[in-house]
Amino acid sequence: MELDRPLPIPTPTTQPFWDAIDNHQVSLQRCDDCEMFVFYPRSNCPHCLSNKLTWQDVSGDATIYSFTIARRPTAPHFVDEIPQLIAVIELPEGVRMNTLIVNAAPEDLKVGLAVTPHFKQIGDRTLLCYEPA
Amino acid sequence: MGLRGDAAIVGVAQYENERRFSGEKRFFTEQYAELTRLAIEDAGLRKGDIDGLCCSAIQETNMFAPATLAEYLGLHVNFAEIVDLGGATPVGMIWRAAAAIELGICQAVICAVPARPIPSNPNPAPIDHNRVFMSTSNNWGSPQAEFDVPYGNVAQNAGYALIANRYASLYGYDEKALAKIAVDQRTNALANPNAVFRNDPITIEDVISSKMIADPLHVLEIVMPCAGGAAVLLANKELAAKGRNRPVYVTGFGEHLTTKSTTYQPNMTESPVGPAARSAFAMSGKSPADIDVVEPYDCYTITVLLTLEDAGFCTKGDGIKFVSDHDLTYRGDFPCNTSGGQLGAGQAGLAGGMTQVVEGALQVMGRGDERQVKQCDTALVTGTGGIMSEQSAIILEGA
Repeated sequence: MELDRPLPIPTPTTQPFWDAIDNHQVSLQRCDDCEMFVFYPRSNCPHCLSNKLTWQDVSGDATIYSFTIARRPTAPHFVDEIPQLIAVIELPEGVRMNTLIVNAAPEDLKVGLAVTPHFKQIGDRTLLCYEPA
Repeated sequence: MGLRGDAAIVGVAQYENERRFSGEKRFFTEQYAELTRLAIEDAGLRKGDIDGLCCSAIQETNMFAPATLAEYLGLHVNFAEIVDLGGATPVGMIWRAAAAIELGICQAVICAVPARPIPSNPNPAPIDHNRVFMSTSNNWGSPQAEFDVPYGNVAQNAGYALIANRYASLYGYDEKALAKIAVDQRTNALANPNAVFRNDPITIEDVISSKMIADPLHVLEIVMPCAGGAAVLLANKELAAKGRNRPVYVTGFGEHLTTKSTTYQPNMTESPVGPAARSAFAMSGKSPADIDVVEPYDCYTITVLLTLEDAGFCTKGDGIKFVSDHDLTYRGDFPCNTSGGQLGAGQAGLAGGMTQVVEGALQVMGRGDERQVKQCDTALVTGTGGIMSEQSAIILEGA
């Protein structure tokens, strides 16, 4: 069975994040009240529940917090992408996100590796992937 | 704070775990009813004694599950609870039932988890395979759909592998030590007639040469799904005294959670079972040294390692040494998952966690048969949902 590759469908709250990604820019929400950065995008700050959040462009540079190499697809939709280099990255702004590492071999991955955004076009959507810096 | 320890597990029931279900398929309502009948019979009590129920989601109805079950079983209940904590659901049910009994609103509560296949629908609704991602929601508006699924971080394997690699970078890693957890538990499964792997011993070499699924997790470090089901009946002291089993009192519990996706855990290698177990120990006045048998939730070997550390059996980072230095079998110096756990006995859906509660209770009742741990009066059982997301702990003590 041919399955569609899952892609994000923005919501009214997250649309600015994906619009920035389409422009090859990483943008995060920052809380006006407690000044913490927030990811994923939310209506309210998870630190203080303030509803005053402002978008702020950041470099997107990050380090690998952890990673795995999916030798078997985590879902049948990814069968063509195996081995998939799944990572959680940490930005200096203090947030973590899921990503896929590209332009790297499985043995290149290690915790702490510096990585930089790689904006990967899939269909009509751009995904925020990463590659070694 | 917390429980006095006046509510006891008085009866248990479980279906045999089967990789290929061989019996007649029944709906969850029907399985719930039969498991309840078996638990009442095991306890030596009567249907009319039951005035509370806990359940998980029922396949036949996506809402009103407790009322559906009460009606189907003909129960008159003062406490009706549905628990939605993934693999932590069974342990979550037990403490909620114990708390309801201690509040005096009911005298006996059934907690059952069906996990056998249901009959095939003659008019099945079409499944949209583009939208199904197991335990990861792909509904629009779900943060998982938008920020987990597109990056392949779907279901459990990747998440637990992320935890294991993070752990390795901080504390070191010895795949043989992790494999030993699966091997010792498999030894326990050989003494459990309900286990799917009751006839299949394994070695450390078997585990580390088994197929790599998501580095560093091998297939033999991951639970095998199976059909099954389990139930636990709890009652107050008065009813417990009338039953035919040694009452197993719930003397402490804890529960903690903060994220769905492990990506956002404050610290990926310090799991919520830490605060959950600390609460359970403080409430019961026990310490890890007092525990005779440990039944830690074990969807993966790394889950056991982190649970033993975070529950306080050893310090953070010493888990590899701890499991290497101790014999985790029922004959050993640290009996752990004495029925094989889910790694050895199979994971019957949400009932997998309930089989660990059942085993903790059976050990304290002295009904562990070939795998009975000598002088077993105190057990710790933990539950883990999602990717070490929601976790719960209970301490069981014999009367």
